[in-house]
Amino acid sequence: MSSAEPTRRDFLYIATGTVAAVGAAGVLVPLIAQMNPDASTIAAGAPIEVDLTPIADGQVIKVFWRGKPVYINHRTTEMIKAAQNVDVAKLPDPQPDSVRVKPGHDQWSVLIGICTHLGCIPIAHQGPYDGYFCPCHGSIYDTSGRIRQGPAPLNLALPPYEFVSDSKIRIG
Amino acid sequence: MSGHATYQPKNAFMQWMERRLPIAGLVYSSFIAYPTPRNLNYWWTFGGILAFMLGVQIITGIVLAMHYTPQVDFAFNSVESIMRDVNYGWLLRYLHANGASMFFLAAYVHMFRGMYYGSYKEPREVLWILGVILLLLMIMTGFMGYVLPWGQMSFWAATVITNLFSAIPVVGESIVTWLWGGYSVGNPTLNRFYALHYLLPFVIVGVVVLHIWALHMVGQNNPTGVEPKTDRDTVAFTPYATIKDSFLMVVFCLLLAWFVFYIPNFLGHPDNYIPANPAVTPTHIVPEWYYLPFYAILRAIPNKLLGVMALGASIVILAFLPWLDTSKVRSANYRPLYRQFFWVFVIVCIGLGWLGSKPPEGNYVLIARIFTVYYFAYFLVILPILGLVEKTKPLPNSIAESVLQASAPSGGKA
Repeated sequence: MSSAEPTRRDFLYIATGTVAAVGAAGVLVPLIAQMNPDASTIAAGAPIEVDLTPIADGQVIKVFWRGKPVYINHRTTEMIKAAQNVDVAKLPDPQPDSVRVKPGHDQWSVLIGICTHLGCIPIAHQGPYDGYFCPCHGSIYDTSGRIRQGPAPLNLALPPYEFVSDSKIRIG
Repeated sequence: MSGHATYQPKNAFMQWMERRLPIAGLVYSSFIAYPTPRNLNYWWTFGGILAFMLGVQIITGIVLAMHYTPQVDFAFNSVESIMRDVNYGWLLRYLHANGASMFFLAAYVHMFRGMYYGSYKEPREVLWILGVILLLLMIMTGFMGYVLPWGQMSFWAATVITNLFSAIPVVGESIVTWLWGGYSVGNPTLNRFYALHYLLPFVIVGVVVLHIWALHMVGQNNPTGVEPKTDRDTVAFTPYATIKDSFLMVVFCLLLAWFVFYIPNFLGHPDNYIPANPAVTPTHIVPEWYYLPFYAILRAIPNKLLGVMALGASIVILAFLPWLDTSKVRSANYRPLYRQFFWVFVIVCIGLGWLGSKPPEGNYVLIARIFTVYYFAYFLVILPILGLVEKTKPLPNSIAESVLQASAPSGGKA
């Protein structure tokens, strides 16, 4: 460009280039979006209901929601007490037990059973807190699903759920 | 550098062809008359071995693809039917699986050779960076291929590795969902991994072409690190390099054959013969041996995000090697201090591989941390400083001089 003054040709170059860039970006949208969960996957991720009556005291069951294991732990009185009597400030991801259960349902701990480190499935009733132990990289969770030791950065996630009745929950 | 001869076809058809598509001339100048340094040792044969292994993987891979079903309900059984029902299916699959290991073995030898002899230094920076890109492509291809049999290790490897992206702040979870095509590793994930596992080897072929192109622009390095100056320093690619490459290729094939026919599952994990089960993680989960050093670095760091960043950095840092090594002397043969640090680096890499296979607890973590520090310090501290302070040995005036001196009766054998 020898002249300092922009010419009409410069304008045409820029305008043409802009249209091509917008077009290319537009084409990228479907190419990228096709990789996100499709309609059937989203539909299969609808809420599920779980009947709690058959779960004995101290028993942990595993149900699947959206392909993820969800642990439902029927905690004993000692477990609840141990989970509540923890110095919350000293935890890696400080959360009191009360915000990790539904009010009035202290005995039911519902967790997404996927280690927050790299996505392995922790084993229930393992580790020093009788909570969960991840065999992959050694993360240890308590019965509240809070990370106590190991490389995982966060507590086990809580799925969205609610009590439909005292003995039934809806996950999702 | 001048060539040893130019291509002058005598045949009338070849003359006609040469004026229209000079492909025979290209092959002649690249693989027959191409001048190679006369002092290349056997460590220089691994480039040819890698090209050969890429061919083996593509041929066996395409054949396996004809018998494989990329669907979660059928994938595991289709691999088992390859092993039991397909004619010679067991051979093709074992060749492909062990071939991947041999491919990585050859690549690591090739890289260590480049590091020992300073093959990444000016003017070979782009050649080296293309090699790092090839390594990254190999890592991705190998990982996706490992997922396809849909055994327990396949499934959990897919889960753990894709979850590395969840360490990215804010957008991490969305990226992982996007990679999966669902809320967990499932059929969409398997399907796209299959498509990409078929695609990436051909991307590798493309980058290999660039790699060889760049090599032929700047010429090969050699054990002295001194550039060839006259025709006395070089010999023609054929027969000298061709025969030397072929010989070690045969030796390498013996190694591959030993694995394939005698210990085909030695490098694999028994858990991968259990069909994928999203409800249970195998108790001892480790990647294939060729990823173990990187895996050890990931686990050595107690913070998730930093661990993932260190894992990525341990590979990406290789691309900056041409500028991190400040020494003007290429070959470690003339760098007494560098040579020692280099061998410690090799031991550290192998040590990290061993630690990656061990459970992440106690002293293993401690040693892994020390080794990780050395790994990065080697690139970021040792190499930059060493180039400035090291007293190097005098370089020979030419390749021919170094070779002829070494074999002279008075000088004795080096």
